[in-house]
Amino acid sequence: MGAAVGAIVIGASAGALDALSVILPALPEGFSLPVIVVVHIPPDKRSVLAELFQAKCRVPVREAEDKEPIVGGTVYFAPPDYHLLVEADKHLSLSSDEPVLFSRPSIDVLFESAADAYGPALIAIVLTGANHDGAKGMRAVVDAGGSGIVQSPEGAFATAMPEAAIAMCPTASVLSLSAIAAYLQEV
Amino acid sequence: MTDTTASEKTEDIEIRLLLDALYTRYHYDFRNYAMASIKRRLKQGREQLGFPTFSAMQESLLHDPAMLAHLLRYLTVHVSEMFRDPSYFKAIREKVVPHLRTYPSLKVWIAGCSRGEELYSLVILFREEGLEDRTLFYATDISQDALQEAEAGIFTMDRIPLFTENHRKSGGKSSLSDYYQAAYGRVSFDKSLRRNVVFSDHSLVTDAVFGEMNLISCRNVLIYFDRDLQDRALGLFKDSLARKGFLGLGAKESLRFSNEGAAFTDFVRDEKIYQRRGD
Ligand SMILES: C[S@@+](CC[C@H](N)C(=O)[O-])C[C@H]1O[C@@H](n2cnc3c(N)ncnc32)[C@H](O)[C@@H]1O
Repeated sequence: MGAAVGAIVIGASAGALDALSVILPALPEGFSLPVIVVVHIPPDKRSVLAELFQAKCRVPVREAEDKEPIVGGTVYFAPPDYHLLVEADKHLSLSSDEPVLFSRPSIDVLFESAADAYGPALIAIVLTGANHDGAKGMRAVVDAGGSGIVQSPEGAFATAMPEAAIAMCPTASVLSLSAIAAYLQEV
Repeated sequence: MTDTTASEKTEDIEIRLLLDALYTRYHYDFRNYAMASIKRRLKQGREQLGFPTFSAMQESLLHDPAMLAHLLRYLTVHVSEMFRDPSYFKAIREKVVPHLRTYPSLKVWIAGCSRGEELYSLVILFREEGLEDRTLFYATDISQDALQEAEAGIFTMDRIPLFTENHRKSGGKSSLSDYYQAAYGRVSFDKSLRRNVVFSDHSLVTDAVFGEMNLISCRNVLIYFDRDLQDRALGLFKDSLARKGFLGLGAKESLRFSNEGAAFTDFVRDEKIYQRRGD
């Protein structure tokens, strides 16, 4: 490692709200890194994630917009029914490409594009979920020199997603939610 | 360890060269599309078509014109639905149609019509509102494959429940089943719907204006472009619209960041429907 961290990407599925409620509100005021989040949500729901978490967080929380520059200290949520990607010039973009592993937004799509844009300066976090999304993406992050953190399956609401990520990225750190929250305050 | 962010990665150089070759040789210009999604789909293409590198793909593309069609299938995305985002079509019906009614003849341009889902939605809506007969629809795309499918108007049966539900939610005044015949797991939309439609190959990147439109609907195409290209396309729309003409974009597209924004006013803000200023 050793590279300064440039961004954090997070993926979560079943049980996401409770898990993120431990991590995001713990981000301190003045936190300097962008945090880009994909949560699996049904396509027809107008997303309330950004509003919900804005009320609980000390940093700005927004739904990502197409082609907006990534700003440090901001939490971005993928909108429902669109993939969220990071461009090499550190902009966000949305796409309506086919769902990946039945999901749009897809965690793999976010992680792989972010790995490409940030290389070693990226931390990827896979949280609770009942599918395998995020495992391949985390592998791409780790292969590009970034770090992987996985919520420990013992404490997770749904274990399949963290287990798949651990299986594909044996070097990832496996941490409890509160340990992840504490870790992020130090980066 | 090499710093992967400071110097351009080999793969990125290869992709740039591949897109240059595609443009120079065949005049398809993807050079200023949003690269993250292009790259993802090109990688998929490279794997599925069995090339070890993008350079090998480029060589094949330059020497074998048959590769062009293969490659375009990865570079264009045809995900769509009839009456996708029903609230958009509801707003067209309730807010835009009353204005359109005041014109004796109308021109509507569906830019990036893909396989026709958006086109058929608008034609049906115009028929329901009694405007179809006075309207000429231009349906354009860069993908020949998609245009041919749009012209055929055939969709698989499994998509019909969603289309029907969307149509209903959009305020549909008839039953979608009035417009198609089902057979062997597929439905075929009535050819009378194509009576007033002109299909044509047109690129928002490299081609010129289309005159005097009253409504341009271009949804989920601009998100595939970078900012500069979005601006070019929006300039094209501005110049192709009649005074007070309407522009409808996709749910996640807007004029907010565009230099062309000043030429338009918000008409139905939440649905990304704009009106060209009259002056
Ligand atoms: C995701 S589809 C959108 C379909 C439909 N408009 C909708 O919103 O459901 C994008 C379409 O844009 C077309 N396209 C891509 N680049 C284009 C360009 N430069 N000019 C015109 N169409 C383009 C693609 O071929 C594809 O059919």
